[in-house]
Amino acid sequence: MLKNIPLSAAIGLLITGTYFLAALFAPLIAPYGMAETVGDVWEPSSAAHWLGTDQIGRDLLTRMIFGGQTTIFIATAATILSFTTGSVLGFLAAVSGGWVDQVMSRLVDLFMSIPSLILALVILSSIEATVLTLIVIMGLLDSTRVYRLARAVAVDISVMDYVEAARLRGEKLGWIIFREILPNALSPLVAEMGLRFIFMVLFISTLSFLGIGVQPPLADWGGIVKENKEGINFGIGAALYPAVAIATLAISVNLIADWILNRTTSLKGGRG
Amino acid sequence: MTTPLLKVRGLKIGATVYPPGEKPHDIEIVHGVDFDVEAGKVLGLIGESGAGKSTIGLASMAYGRGGVKLTAGSVEVNGRDVLKAPLKDIRKLRGAEVTYVSQSAAASFNPAKQIMEQVIEASVGQGKFSKAKAQARAVELFTKLGLPDPDTIGNRYPHQVSGGQLQRCMTALALCPEPDLVVFDEPTTALDVTTQIDVLKAIKDAIRDTGVAALYITHDLAVVAQVSDHIMVLRHGEKVEYGTTDQIINTPQEEYTKALVSVRSIEHEEKQPTEPVLRVENITARYKGTNFDVLHDVSVDISPGQTLAVVGESGSGKSTLARVITGLLPPTAGKITFAGRTLSPDLPSRSIEDMRELQMIYQMADTAMNPRQTVGTIIGRPLEFYFGLKGAEKQKRIQELLDEIELGQGFQDRYPAELSGGQKQRVCIARALAAKPKLIICDEVTSALDPLVADGILKLLLDLQRIEDVAYLFITHDLATVRAISDSIAVMYQGKVQRYGTKSEVLTPPFDDYTDLLLSSVPEMKLGWLEDVIANRKMESAGN
Repeated sequence: MLKNIPLSAAIGLLITGTYFLAALFAPLIAPYGMAETVGDVWEPSSAAHWLGTDQIGRDLLTRMIFGGQTTIFIATAATILSFTTGSVLGFLAAVSGGWVDQVMSRLVDLFMSIPSLILALVILSSIEATVLTLIVIMGLLDSTRVYRLARAVAVDISVMDYVEAARLRGEKLGWIIFREILPNALSPLVAEMGLRFIFMVLFISTLSFLGIGVQPPLADWGGIVKENKEGINFGIGAALYPAVAIATLAISVNLIADWILNRTTSLKGGRG
Repeated sequence: MTTPLLKVRGLKIGATVYPPGEKPHDIEIVHGVDFDVEAGKVLGLIGESGAGKSTIGLASMAYGRGGVKLTAGSVEVNGRDVLKAPLKDIRKLRGAEVTYVSQSAAASFNPAKQIMEQVIEASVGQGKFSKAKAQARAVELFTKLGLPDPDTIGNRYPHQVSGGQLQRCMTALALCPEPDLVVFDEPTTALDVTTQIDVLKAIKDAIRDTGVAALYITHDLAVVAQVSDHIMVLRHGEKVEYGTTDQIINTPQEEYTKALVSVRSIEHEEKQPTEPVLRVENITARYKGTNFDVLHDVSVDISPGQTLAVVGESGSGKSTLARVITGLLPPTAGKITFAGRTLSPDLPSRSIEDMRELQMIYQMADTAMNPRQTVGTIIGRPLEFYFGLKGAEKQKRIQELLDEIELGQGFQDRYPAELSGGQKQRVCIARALAAKPKLIICDEVTSALDPLVADGILKLLLDLQRIEDVAYLFITHDLATVRAISDSIAVMYQGKVQRYGTKSEVLTPPFDDYTDLLLSSVPEMKLGWLEDVIANRKMESAGN
């Protein structure tokens, strides 16, 4: 499978892999403790502190690694949640049709008509922002987008003769959704997943930057920008590192998604 | 001897293929073909799909569709080699000296423009005629092609005329610039038989009257026999046989040509009706949101182990009847009895047993199989679902079914895309058989297949009927198929059963007018057949 891998995808895999590994083994590779004050305020980079220190003298590289862990974990979990709910409900709507489809689709339209950031702000101002609530809120809000895509793709597939054949055989909804439709809807969904993961990273970073996402002392990339944003006035670049991290992660994940899309569409008999 | 109008020598055509998991590479699809077309003569190109007929036809306009490249040889039109000519000269040639009539007029006309505008476009654009002169010529051609209201039909939009009329408009389009050569690419294949005959006659007369030369591409030997002077039989991009129409039809030399001529050689002894397995009584049905009945008071019976053929033109309601029987479209009135039980009108309230005993095979095997499932999964699912077979037992049964459809070892792990058209349809048959049904509805199962392949499928179906004692409801528009396999026949016309009975009853005169029209419209492999039929007809076809 890894033979004939194009250069762009190799670069994407390399960068994404590095970020995920760093997130996974954060406590092992981070040079200092996550909330440990180890130097002066905003020290420049040195052999002891590769990226310098932050606004209260914590090692910035350590903060970045632990921050990456939080950001990537929340974004991944929320993406998985949004895809599972969104695509299952979307397929269900497409296969059922009629009033089931109408009720679900109009409900989704209702949620989509409210900007998700504002909705998230409202919800988070009334309940406590823990990692779990963040994942659930972000995942469910985003699942409306996935629902639309999954429904649109599944409507096309559900009129194919092989789906009709399955219905005539007497198959239950579960088989039709997971065995007949899902495998044929996978490639557009996978491409969308890469994109949505990045939106999740941006979403959680935005919430943390606004102060209602991940709460200190836990580190996350949006939080690091927020904590160090004053430094920009003094020519301190500490707030830019998370921005660079988010941008490179975004690009590399999409390089992989493109590659997977190419591979799956050229699969035997796959959808064009 | 005069120089031929079109002279093709050593024509080789290649294309680049992109197989999954491999590097793209070039293959040759036409391996050096020679032929001539003299002015005013018609050459028929015949062969199965993939034989390279259309590719060769388009090559005479120096055109390669998609990634097709004309790699070697020469194509001379009026003594000029168009393969070596610069693009500027080729553009002058297309639409002026050589024109093209495609299979699907409906897909080729621009739906947003009036017919006249499109018919004269090439003539005016090439500077052959002024607009007024071109319009006059178009009207003259409309008259010649037997179109109704020739003076005003050009002001209509493509959706305002019937399929057969549109095909004739396209012929007018091709003839309008007074070309030397017209390439007809399957011009009647998408039409009903009763419409086909009129279009065929119109094309033939137009060719004769205008003195144009033509390449007539088709897979139907009986059709080409009516219009062409010479026939070239192609297979796998090579010439198999070339000769006058008379010689190819009556004294073919090559084995392959003989097979094409003698296709539909199936013999089937008609069985007498017994206590029916399926009884359809007084069914009336309409689609949701419409206010007319697609089926009116339809009643037919099918005896166990026998075949009922339902024939009719498109729009006659034959596929709707299948949808009603399967429960996809609950009827507004009437009753269906199956194996002694009354079938519930809608699918969700039917028992699993009812669903198992009533299976369906589709026209397009491509879309009837999930492209992401292997053949093993496709055939194995009904076994698992209806009989709870698992593991080795299931594998054994799958292999038995594959043997029954004559595919044998090594097919279980293949995906549908790795099968040929005929093999795909066989897998669909195996999937239906796996359920051990009492009745299989076959909806145009051979229409999308080449004649020799279709013949194989029909033979297989008959063999299976003998072994498994399964009944077929065979929906088709092809009367040759009906003759070959049916025990009883229902002729449908505008949602009603026009004629119904055993095969010999239905096919024995006296006929009602519609049945007569339908039966007489099936092309026969006989010179002069077209003229005879037109002369003896009692009823005009719906295409007019």
